Amino acid sequence: MSDFGVPAAVLAALAGILGLLVVASLATAVLRHRLNEAAHRELRQRVQSWWVMVTIFAIAIVLSRNVSLAFFAFVSFLAFKEYLSLIPTRRVDRQVIFWAYLLIPLQYVTIGHAWYGMFVILVPVYGFLLLPMRMVLLGETRDFLRAAGTLHWGLMATVFSLSHVAYLLVLPEAVNAGIGGAGLVLFLVFLTQFNDVAQYVWGKACGRHKALPTVSPGKTVEGLVGGVLTTTVLGGLLGEWLTPLSLMESFLAGLLIGVAGFIGDVTVSALKRDLGVKDSGSLLPGHGGILDRVDSLVYTAPLFFHFVYYLHY
Amino acid sequence: MSRLLRWLFFALFVRPLVLVILGLNVRHRERLPKHGPAVLTANHNSHLDTLVLISLMPLGQLHRIRPVAAMDYFMRNRALAWFSTQIIGILPIARQRRAPDEDPLAGCSAALAQGDILIFFPEGSRGEPERLAEFRGGVARLAARHPEVPFVPIFMHGLGKALPRGEALLVPFFLDVFIGESLCGREHVDNFLPCLRRSIEALRGEGRFASWE
Repeated sequence: MSDFGVPAAVLAALAGILGLLVVASLATAVLRHRLNEAAHRELRQRVQSWWVMVTIFAIAIVLSRNVSLAFFAFVSFLAFKEYLSLIPTRRVDRQVIFWAYLLIPLQYVTIGHAWYGMFVILVPVYGFLLLPMRMVLLGETRDFLRAAGTLHWGLMATVFSLSHVAYLLVLPEAVNAGIGGAGLVLFLVFLTQFNDVAQYVWGKACGRHKALPTVSPGKTVEGLVGGVLTTTVLGGLLGEWLTPLSLMESFLAGLLIGVAGFIGDVTVSALKRDLGVKDSGSLLPGHGGILDRVDSLVYTAPLFFHFVYYLHY
Repeated sequence: MSRLLRWLFFALFVRPLVLVILGLNVRHRERLPKHGPAVLTANHNSHLDTLVLISLMPLGQLHRIRPVAAMDYFMRNRALAWFSTQIIGILPIARQRRAPDEDPLAGCSAALAQGDILIFFPEGSRGEPERLAEFRGGVARLAARHPEVPFVPIFMHGLGKALPRGEALLVPFFLDVFIGESLCGREHVDNFLPCLRRSIEALRGEGRFASWE
């Protein structure tokens, strides 16, 4: 334990991530004359945004559990707001949307109390039943199904799914002695983001065959396979250190994150394509919006959570 | 004293509300004026429009920013008049001439002469949510009188969803703010108003906005 009460392994992992960012910044500087100006600017913006995101994430993880929960609640809020700003909404639903927002603090307070039973049903059961009921009271039936369906999809993706990252923090410490929930969060978030970068890099380096041309023309089979393999290996290397998983389970977790990350990415791509936008927002220069950054996590967070939960908690 | 209150109100309440609870998606931020005299002209849907436009500028410029607002509405009682002039910093303007020789734009002219940045809504009032109403002539007369002052066209979208006219409940949505190339009266002697309108409409055309029916 360090002075802040932060496990030494968490600090070591964060130091490792910062080391990777230093490498990325150096590589960006080296590539300056080898790329055209627009490509280099985008790369530079991306790396700069990574610095900002990693710094905020590291501070949130290190300070205290409640700060971490507030941070994840805020990420859900930003992602949900971005989603609502993109989709068609009905004028009459302003009140309903307001109620939907209130589910965000409720969900994270539930996590703060480690109330598992409520955490897994608040959005999928109560949100699912109560928001359409509130909508019915407005008496407007035109586009009712579209409004109820899109609102709930957004809540499931940005609030329910993403909040699984936060619930890792309140799992019993004893199971993952020495590093606790923070180790699981670092493993999940780092591997998910690393997987995005790895798929991108493998695709750029040797991508030939398009994976899903109608949804996301940039994605290639080679990028997918290369990224998933890299993430699987890295999962195996990091799993025993950061999580209660055995070596075999760690490889499987890496594989799960690699595949699920790809599915999350293309699912949000399909949504953006349907809405006719390229980026979900402009919050993170070089990346787009917050949804563009957490799209993979929407899939990896609940799947990894239940993988670990089933095996060890 | 009220300058400090104004600063605190914007630093602790308005900016967190506009930049965090709502959130801005600003395009072409570099086109904003660095200093006065200048006029920000935008479409108008919500009372929050003014607060959003003020939040676009650095806090250090706050004392220079003067939203031009209807005297009969914002000065209708003493408490509101104090809040409007001292905290929001409005420049009250009479919508109807009270005397034949009165110059309703005198206050605006004086403010521009001392280098202030005015906020002007050419539509006059807030109108239908997310619709662009007819422009009124005041802004063109001001441009003719100050031919060198840049008028910056701005298109805003989203506040009609977040806080439409007549609603008290704020619902968070990201706001789009698109800044256009500035126009000045010297270059548009006869056609200032249509040019300004076309410029704001062109900015609206840059975005792709989710339907709101």
